[in-house]
Amino acid sequence: MLRDFFIQTGQYFLFLKIVFKKPEKWKIFWKQFILEADKLIVSSVVLVSVISVFIGGVLVIQTASNMNNPFLDRMLVGYMVRESLILEFCSTMVALILAGKIGSNIASELGSMRITEQIDAIEMMGVNSASFLVLPKVLAVTILSPLLVLLSFVLGLLGGWIVVYMTSIIPLAKYASGLKYCFTEFYVFYSCVKMSIFCFMISSIAAFKGYYAKGGALGVGRSSTKSIVISCILILMFDLIITQLMLY
Amino acid sequence: MIKIEHLYKSFGDVHVLKDISIEYQKGLCNMIIGASGSGKTVLLKTLIGLLEPDRGSVTFNGKDISDLPYEEKKLFRQNIGVLFQNSALFDFATVIENVMFPMDFFTDWSRKRKIERALYCLERVNVQGNEKKYPGELSGGMQKRVGIARAIALNPEYLICDEPNSGLDPETSIMIDQLIHGLTKEFGMTTVINTHDMNSILEIGDNIGFLHQGRMLWQGDRHSIFKTTCQELRKFVCANSLARNIMERNE
Repeated sequence: MLRDFFIQTGQYFLFLKIVFKKPEKWKIFWKQFILEADKLIVSSVVLVSVISVFIGGVLVIQTASNMNNPFLDRMLVGYMVRESLILEFCSTMVALILAGKIGSNIASELGSMRITEQIDAIEMMGVNSASFLVLPKVLAVTILSPLLVLLSFVLGLLGGWIVVYMTSIIPLAKYASGLKYCFTEFYVFYSCVKMSIFCFMISSIAAFKGYYAKGGALGVGRSSTKSIVISCILILMFDLIITQLMLY
Repeated sequence: MIKIEHLYKSFGDVHVLKDISIEYQKGLCNMIIGASGSGKTVLLKTLIGLLEPDRGSVTFNGKDISDLPYEEKKLFRQNIGVLFQNSALFDFATVIENVMFPMDFFTDWSRKRKIERALYCLERVNVQGNEKKYPGELSGGMQKRVGIARAIALNPEYLICDEPNSGLDPETSIMIDQLIHGLTKEFGMTTVINTHDMNSILEIGDNIGFLHQGRMLWQGDRHSIFKTTCQELRKFVCANSLARNIMERNE
């Protein structure tokens, strides 16, 4: 099993070496980049938005219900919701959700192309299939995913605001002043960097698993599942590492 | 001309190809025939460089592509048109985009010229009027024809077809055979077809190699196949009633 792990890791880095070769034609690359950005990022906006609004609302209720102490200012609810969203939810939680959506999309697409010989056909034409198919996906997801972090952050705060407004669980003015209290811009940068790294891992691992899929439809399903499991574990591991490196 | 010399290929302990030597001439429909599992697809994939041989060589007009550096190998591959078993059309592209795909990468032609060439290729294989459809909207026979159109888009010197008749009805199958045969003669290509369809062999087999358990046991044309003394080949040929009748009449 350990031997298999090292072989797979080596193959993954060799795969990345093929992927990160100069595109054959930049015009084709940019066309693919825009298509992939639309397919992988823009199509995730609705999912991320819905989840963010609800999580923002839930965070407000949970935080407020755990702060009954009269010595604690109710403004802290807004502060804690903001910090929870930007530090953990908008990057790590959203990345875990995207591992399922984007990861399975990439792995199954490339896997089916592999088993129907479409990848062989591209290679036979003399085109670097890994670079043509994978590079636009990886770059689109890595570069544009911070936009999802910002969107998730804004909508999470909005979700919280809606709950505060509708339930009056805390005064709206307190929630608003909590959101503004001790705002650290660096946390936004930290969250965006984390998300980019997570999304690079999600897309490249899914692409690796899909590109080398074998064993028919069952193999495609297996590679998709494996890519999601590996991505989720790595996201949590790297969350710890990046947080240690950037916040302490 | 394609020349294969003393080719060996194994997967672990399984020896799939054993000492294969054969020549494929220009302007002919060269065929690799044999039962399922005889090593035909492995031979074809080794021929086009998708698999590396363990031993032996494959030369195209005297040039061994396995020796070439990656960039040169890529350039050389533009000379080879391949029709895969299930056509391998790109799901993400329309019919015309599939045919234009190699032109987009390897020519500096204007869009108008690329469209004209793609339309010519599609017309040549009789699938005009379906340019904007996606592969999933086409029948198996039409997909094969689009696959052929894509394979000849850059006017290649070599055309390699992996079981072009699989999954097709007899009428469409003959149409595809005649199309490949016609294109081979028209463009003077070196065509290699991998098949176990006896009707195709009798229809267009100019130069036939019979593969049995990884060995090339017999080589000849579609006329001499009925006079063979190779028992394995006789068994293969006689599995088809039409061919059996011809063989019995000859005897």
